[in-house]
Amino acid sequence: MSAIRRRPYVLVHLAKDLKIEWRSKDSANAMLFFALLVVAIFSLAFDPTNPDLHKFTGAILCVAVMFAAMSALNQVWARELQNQVLDAQRMTNAGANDLFIGKVLANFILLTTVELILTPIFVIFYNLNVVGNVWLLAAVIPLGTWALIVNGVFFAALSIRTRSRELLLPLILLPIFIPALLAMVMSTTAILTGTSEPTLWIKMLAVYDIIFTTVCLLLFDTVLHAEG
Amino acid sequence: MSPSLIDGTAAKESLTTRQHEPNAPATPESMASVAQLESVSKLYGTFAALRKITLQIEPARCYVLLGENGAGKSTLLRVLGGLIRPTYGNIKVFEGIRPDEARGRIGYMSHAPMLYDQLTGMENLHYFASLYQKRECLTPEQALTAVSLDPELKRPISQYSQGMRQRASLARVLISQPELLLLDEPFSNMDIASAHQMLALVQRIREQGRTIVLTTHQRDLAEPIADYLVFLRAGALDSLHLGPAYAPYTAGAPA
Repeated sequence: MSAIRRRPYVLVHLAKDLKIEWRSKDSANAMLFFALLVVAIFSLAFDPTNPDLHKFTGAILCVAVMFAAMSALNQVWARELQNQVLDAQRMTNAGANDLFIGKVLANFILLTTVELILTPIFVIFYNLNVVGNVWLLAAVIPLGTWALIVNGVFFAALSIRTRSRELLLPLILLPIFIPALLAMVMSTTAILTGTSEPTLWIKMLAVYDIIFTTVCLLLFDTVLHAEG
Repeated sequence: MSPSLIDGTAAKESLTTRQHEPNAPATPESMASVAQLESVSKLYGTFAALRKITLQIEPARCYVLLGENGAGKSTLLRVLGGLIRPTYGNIKVFEGIRPDEARGRIGYMSHAPMLYDQLTGMENLHYFASLYQKRECLTPEQALTAVSLDPELKRPISQYSQGMRQRASLARVLISQPELLLLDEPFSNMDIASAHQMLALVQRIREQGRTIVLTTHQRDLAEPIADYLVFLRAGALDSLHLGPAYAPYTAGAPA
């Protein structure tokens, strides 16, 4: 007989999400393929050998990541809606925020993995010579990814009881993500090109993350138990 | 010790592996009623899914809810489970708390299995057992054995037959050893042999003194285990009859 290990509820949700994703690889494959596609399309639209293009490389990378994340975020609660698993989760002792943070962490890990694969390919594809402090990307990318995922998971939950949820999510998420996207693009470009100082943008990204994570945690219980 | 859904040896083992707060099922002496609904109505826009339902659920009884499609059976179960709130009226469970405050003490089985298709039965039950850390849970093996499923089965839930999915769903409900079980059409989409197997499981749970409220369209099948037959019509309580299994409480023990 296997006894049940006592673990924080967040880790229970996280382990389950990663196990399901490891088996199906639905989200990871979709995100990676989509991101590579966006990068390839931009490389066809703009000449990668043009030195002026370097000013926009941060934007291209961020937009590729954002579109990739959107494809996965649209399906982020699909497994819970199938078979009414969400109702079973609502009736357990685990809190709504445990479910939320578990889901955010799982998707954060997935998207970060995709970014780790994508970024070197992107640098090679666009023939970039990184002139700024490249280690600062280690702060920018996780902060930007967290901003995207925390809002994406929250607004995906908000829209699950609507009929056109696939359409609704980008309509709500993209305007809210604009400040984080701006900070992410400006800091990434500053790091890749070394033309300006990215510190202020990174701080702005960190503040954005703190504010939106707090707001999502305060509201998620209401969203989860709301009736459609 | 709470009456277990399994044999004594396994129950003892479950208690030694999960020493949490006790979760004994309701008994006639421990409380007057498991749930009390007073004039409960549920509106969806202008449509009334439930209309002024007043009902007292006695402990250690089996209530069979009957009625046509749209009579409000499933809505009533979801209100009792705390998944939806009534628009009007009051509902209290156990010691006068709201259903959504009684998490883990109420088990709800829906038409859908409420399990992840990608995981095996065992993995699903491990996951759900880990979410009831305040309860004294069965181990996943015990819950699966209790519903006659093989814990060694490596197939994901998506490859289970309908009868197996229903039983796996019942195992999920049983894992937290709830005091009140809400079973929404547990015999639906099953062949007659599987339906009788499920009925036998429900009968065993009933004999252990747990309170059951189940809905069904198969009255003939469920009637023998019913203490009360509750008829709903257009969201309203039409009538309530004693069922064949009803017997008065005797000397403090469940009937």
